[in-house]
Amino acid sequence: MPFLPITYASTSTKILSSWRTSKPVIDYTKCTRCAICWKFCPDVAIDLVVDSRLKSPNEKFSSLEAPSIDYDHCKGCGICETECPFGAIEMVREEE
Amino acid sequence: MTGNEAVAAGVKLSNVKVIAAYPITPQTTIVEKLAEMVANGELNSKFIEVESEHSAMSAVTASEMTGVRSFTASSSHGLLYMHEALHWAAGMRLPLVMTVVNRAIGPPWSIWGEHTDSFNQKDTGWLQMYCETNQEAMDSILLGYKIAENNKLLLPVMNMLDAFTLSHTSEPVEVRSHSTAADYLGELELESKMDFNNPAGYGSIVPPDGPFMEMKKDMRDSMYNATNAIKKEITTFNDLFNAELPGLTENFMMEDADYALITLGAISSTAKYTIRKLRERGQKVGLIRLYFYRPFPGEEIVKAVKGLKGLGVVERNLSFGQRGPTFEDVATALYGRVDVPMRNYVVGLGGRDVRVKDYELMFENLVEGNNEIEWVNVEAR
Repeated sequence: MPFLPITYASTSTKILSSWRTSKPVIDYTKCTRCAICWKFCPDVAIDLVVDSRLKSPNEKFSSLEAPSIDYDHCKGCGICETECPFGAIEMVREEE
Repeated sequence: MTGNEAVAAGVKLSNVKVIAAYPITPQTTIVEKLAEMVANGELNSKFIEVESEHSAMSAVTASEMTGVRSFTASSSHGLLYMHEALHWAAGMRLPLVMTVVNRAIGPPWSIWGEHTDSFNQKDTGWLQMYCETNQEAMDSILLGYKIAENNKLLLPVMNMLDAFTLSHTSEPVEVRSHSTAADYLGELELESKMDFNNPAGYGSIVPPDGPFMEMKKDMRDSMYNATNAIKKEITTFNDLFNAELPGLTENFMMEDADYALITLGAISSTAKYTIRKLRERGQKVGLIRLYFYRPFPGEEIVKAVKGLKGLGVVERNLSFGQRGPTFEDVATALYGRVDVPMRNYVVGLGGRDVRVKDYELMFENLVEGNNEIEWVNVEAR
């Protein structure tokens, strides 16, 4: 059988954090869980999780699915920061 | 039937399920005939009209990936427009078959025959077959699918006809038995076909330390090692259909030849006529016709040319800044193994006739001429 260019493993399982120069950090006190960052992330590095320990603008938001950055996979493109309507994501320079 | 009608008949015999094409002279009547067959219910296929040749090749690449036997045809500038998609089809290891009706590349604009269009595609990973007759044009479609779908090979096949000389000229053609053809090819069973229950990335990115080189080497090895399988398939085909396909090459009056030419495609028939004529005059001349050009039949040529005093490589295409590609490939095959004086002739560009007296001139030049590239039937300016 020929060596076919078909891959069954998703690239989301690969650790690509070394590509990053800065990382997105979510300020959960501003995050309304709108999930726009999750929709715009071009390479599925944002998961949606329910975690009652996360802060929120008020308690009504704390039971909703909140975005969580997969820092093993995020390449630091910054699209989430640009798209967040509430200024809840900030790109922070990675330390050398 | 005409060459193009013979190709359409071959596609029908091969039970092709998807046809996508964009019209271009002189290929158009192939897909015109196929569209007619689909419309009147003679052929149970999906016919996709697309907006370009790039889309035609992309469409059949996609349909073949779902495990469905697919076909397209093109010519000249249309084929060049497909170039990128040809690499994708071959790289994805898809057993497609495409007919190319060889036509010149402009400028100046020309709709007539020469092989430059398909020679420009010789490095894309497609197998290449050049037909001499309309019978061969039909048989090569069936044989093409059989070879391409071989599980050890899985590479697409390009099947060439000379513009008008074959495509629009009628010859007696025996249409092969439909039931024998159906048994011969069977249903396409592609192990690697797309499966919605098991999603995968097809042709997705591979880093430099990933298996990129390994995959390319596997393609190259598969093509290189295909020659024995192809020869076996041709023998089977000839036995089953009582056909007369040659091997990878056809040796014509080569047994005791002193001087020989190498040709491809329909211009070979005139060469054979000339050789018979010269033989009557007592000249020991012969012909090697390359039926397959990829994989290149180097071993066959080495065997055939032993003992020759001169070998002329006839080129109906052109490479600028170097000799013709067939000449280079023959020289590579012979290098260090057989020492035969070789000459290169450029003929028949833009549909220019290749006449008996042109072949006579080539044989004369082989005996006496210098070792420079020779242009045949060209006005001095």
